[in-house]
Amino acid sequence: MANKGYLVDTSKCIGCRGCVVACKQWNQLPAEKTRFQGTYQTVPDLTGNTLTMISFHEYEENGKMEWYFTKRQCMHCLEPACMKVCPQKAISVNENGAVVRDYDKCIGCQYCAAACPFNVPRYNKETDKETKCSLCTERTAEGELPACVKACITGALQYGDRDELLGVAKKRVGELRAEYPKANVYGEKEAGGTNILYVLADEPEKYGFESDPKVSTAIYAWQDIIKPYFPWLIALTGAVSVFSFFSTRLLGVGKEEAHEGESIDG
Amino acid sequence: MTNHWVDLRNTDCALIMGSNAAENHPMSFKWLMEAKETRGAKIIHVDPRFCRTSARSDIYAPLRSGTDIAFVGGMINYIINNNLYFHDYVVNFTNAPFLIDEGFDFNDGLFSGYDPEKRKYDQSTWKYKTDAEGNPLKDPTLKNPRCVFQLMKKHYERYDVDTVCKTTGTPKDLFLKVTEAYGATGVPDKTGTIMYAMGTTQHSVGSENVRIFAVLQLLLGNIGVPGGGVNAMRGESNVQGACDMGLLNHVLTGYMGAPTNDAAYVNLDGYLKKETPKAGFKVNTPKWLVSMLKSYFGDAATKENDFCYDYLPKRRADRNYTHIGLFEAMYEDIVKGVFIFGANPYVSGPDANKETAAMGKLDWMVAADLFETETAAFWKKEAGNDPEKIKTEVFFLPAAASYEKAGTITNSGRWIQFRWKAVDPVGDAIGDLELFYEIGKHIRELYKDSTDPKDKPIQELTWDYTEHDDEKLLDEVQREINGYDLTTGKLMEKFADLKDDGTTSCGVWIYSGMYTEEGNKTQWRDTEDPSKIGMYPKWSFAWPANRRIVYNRCSADAAGKPWSDDKKVIWWENGEWASIDVPDFIVKNAPTDPDGDKAFIMKDDGKGGLFAPMADGPFPEHYEPWESPVENLLSSVNFNPAAKVWDTPMNPQGKADKYPIIGTTYRVVEHWQAGIMTRNTPWLAELMPNVFVEISKELAAEKGIANGDLVTIESARGNIQAVACVTPRFKPFKINGEMYHEIGVLWHYGFQGVAKGDPANRLTPHIGCANSHTPEYKAFLCDIHRGVK
Repeated sequence: MANKGYLVDTSKCIGCRGCVVACKQWNQLPAEKTRFQGTYQTVPDLTGNTLTMISFHEYEENGKMEWYFTKRQCMHCLEPACMKVCPQKAISVNENGAVVRDYDKCIGCQYCAAACPFNVPRYNKETDKETKCSLCTERTAEGELPACVKACITGALQYGDRDELLGVAKKRVGELRAEYPKANVYGEKEAGGTNILYVLADEPEKYGFESDPKVSTAIYAWQDIIKPYFPWLIALTGAVSVFSFFSTRLLGVGKEEAHEGESIDG
Repeated sequence: MTNHWVDLRNTDCALIMGSNAAENHPMSFKWLMEAKETRGAKIIHVDPRFCRTSARSDIYAPLRSGTDIAFVGGMINYIINNNLYFHDYVVNFTNAPFLIDEGFDFNDGLFSGYDPEKRKYDQSTWKYKTDAEGNPLKDPTLKNPRCVFQLMKKHYERYDVDTVCKTTGTPKDLFLKVTEAYGATGVPDKTGTIMYAMGTTQHSVGSENVRIFAVLQLLLGNIGVPGGGVNAMRGESNVQGACDMGLLNHVLTGYMGAPTNDAAYVNLDGYLKKETPKAGFKVNTPKWLVSMLKSYFGDAATKENDFCYDYLPKRRADRNYTHIGLFEAMYEDIVKGVFIFGANPYVSGPDANKETAAMGKLDWMVAADLFETETAAFWKKEAGNDPEKIKTEVFFLPAAASYEKAGTITNSGRWIQFRWKAVDPVGDAIGDLELFYEIGKHIRELYKDSTDPKDKPIQELTWDYTEHDDEKLLDEVQREINGYDLTTGKLMEKFADLKDDGTTSCGVWIYSGMYTEEGNKTQWRDTEDPSKIGMYPKWSFAWPANRRIVYNRCSADAAGKPWSDDKKVIWWENGEWASIDVPDFIVKNAPTDPDGDKAFIMKDDGKGGLFAPMADGPFPEHYEPWESPVENLLSSVNFNPAAKVWDTPMNPQGKADKYPIIGTTYRVVEHWQAGIMTRNTPWLAELMPNVFVEISKELAAEKGIANGDLVTIESARGNIQAVACVTPRFKPFKINGEMYHEIGVLWHYGFQGVAKGDPANRLTPHIGCANSHTPEYKAFLCDIHRGVK
């Protein structure tokens, strides 16, 4: 089957965050406790309970103001590094190309987080699992749009066959170049290509993306040298939770820190 | 809206001014994005700060809050001087050729007839010059110095680019860019739309802000055409419906004038003489009023008793019944009890400290909402009050949300859309309709044995609805609003059939036709679009008469030939009118008939009013807000001379020496109005958890404020705390050579719910528009400091 995904046309995004709320609602995820800290990006980063977010970026060049909004979530890579490193084989690619997880198998070891070239998976303390967007597999299987796409009112999010969306994206970029000469399609080739594609009006860095996202070489070393001894390691640590703690330290992947809100009205 | 939401997709240029549409009316951007992609439409945003709407606009131009008339007046001056206006349209469809009475004049900020003591105009010279028979004199060449066009040209001559930009603080190049881009729509095959909201209306010149949009649109030929119009994006989903139902203090249903205790309104005959013009469609006022009275009072209303006209309440002509006026009256112990539905004035009322004090003077308050509002809890400690000292008895009623009840919502585009109930209300909550039915029933019970004649209106009111069946109740009320032919018992087909002899009833004449023997048309959900331009004639019912674009006669020239094929709505073909919308004119008139080009049927002259008397003048004129740090550069009259000044306690006027910063208030997409629904929704509270104030980098540096700091904002009336959002999106304004700062605060917050904060309206004043008395929330003076004071 053809790979499916969606296009994030940032030139049509109004930053309303309807997609963010729709995601939380569909997945029944709790709200974060936040405090306004001088940016509309009140949830600063993805978390174990926030699988998608809008990032806000202000620029002023030659007296012209730009305020870029973009959506962040799992990119659904064509060659998912997370899947390669998962010791439990909890991650797979489904018939639509979506990178999905079997949460019964996930042990919360966070290898996937370290492997991800886009810094996406997040640890959820309550469930002791690594979480990320599933591209609403359960909705698309029923012929429904992903929750975020369904909620988008401006047409900034469009779901469909990756090949077709790539065509749409390239056409849009062509139109945008008259005013934004650096307009580009992001996700076509990055990290081997992704099922989530972007129309960006400016360089990827301006949206908080890396121009050339790469899977950390340490991960390959880890995978090739240490992973073969994985069953042995399990036996050694004896307990999954202890192992999780150990690997986190070793890889330097920070667990999700609860973002404690500070009240200003007291 | 003269047009409707879907029609935004037909525009070539959208001027968004006085609105942050992307945030507060996000659906508009669905259609604007389509217009951009399919037609190459341009989006222009004019606003004090660069916001999410600006981010998606092709041109952004800043202007200082409260200077819209200067800006648009400058556009008009430029458009006239550079011949960018649509000449044939202006000559045929507007009152540009009409000559004005010799006594009319304008001199240094004042029109003729001003009485400084009353702060009112005698408008007797603001009229057309007529011949001996009373027919208006015209000059179709537009050359006569006394014609509207020449007077208007002269009026806006002072609005040259330099003076305008010195007033608004807009960089000259951006002002010109906006004017040239929008001025390019003054040709037959291009249309421009103006989209506005509360940033336009919430000023002491609010109504004139809207008026000047109408003038600009008429000049460019943008009224009555697809992709054009003056489009008010209403602040609440059903504000349009509420106004249609006569909930405003000065109008009955369908915008018929509400009587006062003035002698002219002493009886039905007096009312009809006063309210019925000699020409135009409003000559039918007697039919609408009598049908409304028949709907209210049924068989009790007879020709002999003036159809119970006496039962209509007559407001006192010397009192003000608008929002500010009501709260002033509560403060003065005149109003003793209040019902508050779908409102939360503790948060949303201007001069909120005063309004909270006014609530404390009431004997009783009934408030209904989904969650306990700050208003319902105004007596609590968290509200800053001592419960021991508040004597007001508060009754809080649980209300049903829109998904928990059926009913109609009339959107900004006048579509009366039925909504079906999705789930039952929670707990004891019931829908407002049932609630009011019950209240009415109990009141009638209380008065049923009274012999006092003043209780007759209560006793004789028709209130014979089905009990304990909300679906049936709603159906009966909808039918009653549509009206009946009382001789046959059949539902009215259209308002044109209403009569003034008591044989028809109709609650709201403009809604007549929404529920006929054919069925309830507000439930229509057919997505067929024979027009191909998004009219969707069988999707709900649009008032009036299911017309989607009003004034659509203007889409064709005087001879009935459409200005452009691309945007044709009505056209003269083989000796008759053809159309893809319900024509908004008398179709029996051929284009060549004397009234064949009367496109504005609600006006007695049938013409779009470039010159149109309002409380503060027939041409919109710039005046500074009540609190402004600068002098008016366009005349020596600083403040709107016709606006009512509330020289009352707790409403001091701030001066620039103490409060040098311009303040404004606004909303964000993540919260809804006074916030009680959204601040109680954790997913939304997460996205916008606190009150913040947007300030420029320059002001932040001056005040030692860092991004994310807690700050105090103070006006002459109160202070609030907020988090600083230091951003290059807000820039200081250069006004007449000096730099001035403006800041903007979110007003959604109160002490209840998940996301809490101070109400920004503690800062805003009790001052309103000269015509509508809409509070001036959008421009006031304040100061800002780091930390908590």
